[in-house]
Amino acid sequence: MSGPDDLIAPHQPLYEARKGVYPKAVDGFFRRLKWAIMAVTLAIYYITPWIRWDRGPYAPDQAVLVDLANRRFYMFQIEIWPHEFYYVVGLLVMAGIGLFLLTSAVGRAWCGYSCPQTVWTDLFQHVERFIDGDRNAQIRLAKAKWGPGKITKRLGKWSIWLFIAFWTGGAWIMYFADAPTLVRDFWSGDAAPAAYATVGILTATTFVFGGFLREQVCIYMCPWPRIQTAMMDEKSLLVTYKDWRGEQRGSLKTAQADPKAFGDCIDCNQCVAVCPTGIDIREGPQIGCITCALCIDACDTVMEQIGKPRGLIDYCTLDDADVEKKGGTGHPVLKTLFRPRTMIYFGIWTSIGLAMLFTLGQRTRLDLAVQHERNPVYVRLSDGTIRNNYTLKIRNMETRPRIVDVYIQGLPGAVLWTPDGSREFAKQSINFAVAPDAVHRVQLFIAAPETGPTSAEFAISTRARTGDNKGDSDTVIFERPEAGQ
Amino acid sequence: MTENKRIDAATGTQTVGHEWDGIEELDTPMPRWWVISFWATIVWGIIYVLLYPAIPMLNGATPGLWNWTSRGQLEQELKAETLRRAPVTRALAAIPVEQLAGNEKLYQAAIEGGRAAFKVHCVQCHGSGAAGSTGYPNLNDDDWLWGGDLPAIHTTLTHGIRQPDHDATRFSQMPAFEGVLSAREVDAVVGYVQTLSGKARPNAISASGEAIFANNCASCHGVQGKGMREFGAPNLTDKIWLYGGDEASLKTTVNKARYGVMPRWNNRLDPITIKMLAVYVHSLGGGEANAVPDKAVAPDPAKVVANVRP
Repeated sequence: MSGPDDLIAPHQPLYEARKGVYPKAVDGFFRRLKWAIMAVTLAIYYITPWIRWDRGPYAPDQAVLVDLANRRFYMFQIEIWPHEFYYVVGLLVMAGIGLFLLTSAVGRAWCGYSCPQTVWTDLFQHVERFIDGDRNAQIRLAKAKWGPGKITKRLGKWSIWLFIAFWTGGAWIMYFADAPTLVRDFWSGDAAPAAYATVGILTATTFVFGGFLREQVCIYMCPWPRIQTAMMDEKSLLVTYKDWRGEQRGSLKTAQADPKAFGDCIDCNQCVAVCPTGIDIREGPQIGCITCALCIDACDTVMEQIGKPRGLIDYCTLDDADVEKKGGTGHPVLKTLFRPRTMIYFGIWTSIGLAMLFTLGQRTRLDLAVQHERNPVYVRLSDGTIRNNYTLKIRNMETRPRIVDVYIQGLPGAVLWTPDGSREFAKQSINFAVAPDAVHRVQLFIAAPETGPTSAEFAISTRARTGDNKGDSDTVIFERPEAGQ
Repeated sequence: MTENKRIDAATGTQTVGHEWDGIEELDTPMPRWWVISFWATIVWGIIYVLLYPAIPMLNGATPGLWNWTSRGQLEQELKAETLRRAPVTRALAAIPVEQLAGNEKLYQAAIEGGRAAFKVHCVQCHGSGAAGSTGYPNLNDDDWLWGGDLPAIHTTLTHGIRQPDHDATRFSQMPAFEGVLSAREVDAVVGYVQTLSGKARPNAISASGEAIFANNCASCHGVQGKGMREFGAPNLTDKIWLYGGDEASLKTTVNKARYGVMPRWNNRLDPITIKMLAVYVHSLGGGEANAVPDKAVAPDPAKVVANVRP
């Protein structure tokens, strides 16, 4: 199709500046919900590292701690070792499935309510209103020439932002070391360089993303909106301007002159004014809409003032939109939420969670890993006996020291000893004192008579003398030279 | 194509101007911050080129304002590492080798240091797993020609074996019996030696070798053939044969004799490395307990070695 002449633009800039967004303060159900979620998520983020959890003298007493230096992950009574990383993978898979579930049920609720970008932007915008005033004052200030007043306000706002941003980065590092110690070390200059670098980077990103880039992050940087558009279907909740009810839009006065020709929308622009991403929801579903539902609150307030029913802008599925256009009423919300697709996601999500809980309950806190030394594969001793060397790693995953027995089964005539001992006193079992929450690495010599299969399978097992009666066993090979060699 | 550029009515955005089967592309302008970050990467690149070696020249590259080189960084890191290890190195230098086993931390450090040095200086003959081969002893087993406790291994490492230029070296020489013994006598003594370790059953030939052994071999290998460490004479009753225990190999050994050598390391390696090597070799599984009590003063190695070059 060819457009009219006035649509042909001879020149268009390659790039464009961000258009300022000055969202207006609004009150309503969804705004209060957002306040509540912001309070809860920020509280979790800031307070969690300070929760103490007694694990006895041999382990840190921080409830949630990612101890990268010692490669341990503590979460209340659960302690994860590096080789148990599949629990973390499981959590990440659950987080992924959880986002699928959330998206298919309530659309981009993650974006609108609990995404850190949204939460911190929301917080920063609140600071902005506190310093600069509401939307109109902000627009005026933005257009005003730089002078003492503007400079004061800008510096004030940026200082508070920077303060929040600093505490955001500061709270993050608390998850990776003992929080009280780290705070002291941080201010005395004794903390690890990585701590300062992390705080620096997170302060900068929080300050820039929350203060200046805001919706640009959602629209241009974040992959999640694009993925979500592919994951939503006609039964997902969307913030919808019900154009069949609102159009033809017109101001209150115009509409009063000819009520039949106009819909409920009085074109007051409140939905646009409150939008934190600066879009017009009346243009339909779009990538810029994070479904924060503030436009619903704004529109509901206006509808109440002009005496019209609420919900001109409301959560609505595409299916219900079709029904309502034809004059019917949509499905109840619960019926939309509990449908096969969401139930399947929920089923997968819970079964991964239950499976992880089950394996957590079953896991043993004593682990043995045996490596057969291959160079040389075997050693002939002077009396003809054959010796094989093994490297054992005994993991005592309990936070207390334990005595651990190691013994061999299924290798006739075999004895074992360590470099500390000697073959003279070698027996079929040996014990080690293993430090709490540590790996005991030990070399084991096992000698067996010359006669026997060239490659004999046998078991090296371990069992702790205290604690759960669980042990671990590894099947390994004992190599002998071929007869006559 | 440019003439086809137009404003898309639905979005208000200009198209790029080309069209395939009715499909057109919007020319959405880049956000300005994106362009700014693009320029920032270019600025970063220029700074990098100025500071670091970057532009290839005929000889090397432009040095950059910071004069950084990877080799220089390596040197710095090695220096720092040497400094970090200094306390351990000093302690290793001070402690007599036979007392090392009593100090767990030093002992482990010595094993690891020895493991690294072994890979550089010893694997050529003894193999990377120290398993040796024909003529080169397996250091994992419990058979030692010159002794297997820490001081003995340390002495062997320090002074070497059969080093002609060195008085304190381990020295012994087995005579070649070709011409001294007749072929039949060699057969007999080889047969007898094979019975010592149970490799062959005694028979008439081996029985006749017993006297030949007593007259010619027992002075070094002992009357029972159990060898003598002072002379590095192997134990003939065990199952380990450095040059092969089969009849042909033994005949060659008796006829031509063997003269295995090992370099002395006191003129190539520092005393600490030799100490660490001794501990490492001792830890491989065949190391013997110290013959002298740990607390005793280490005897002069030259006096322990009873043999003197003829």
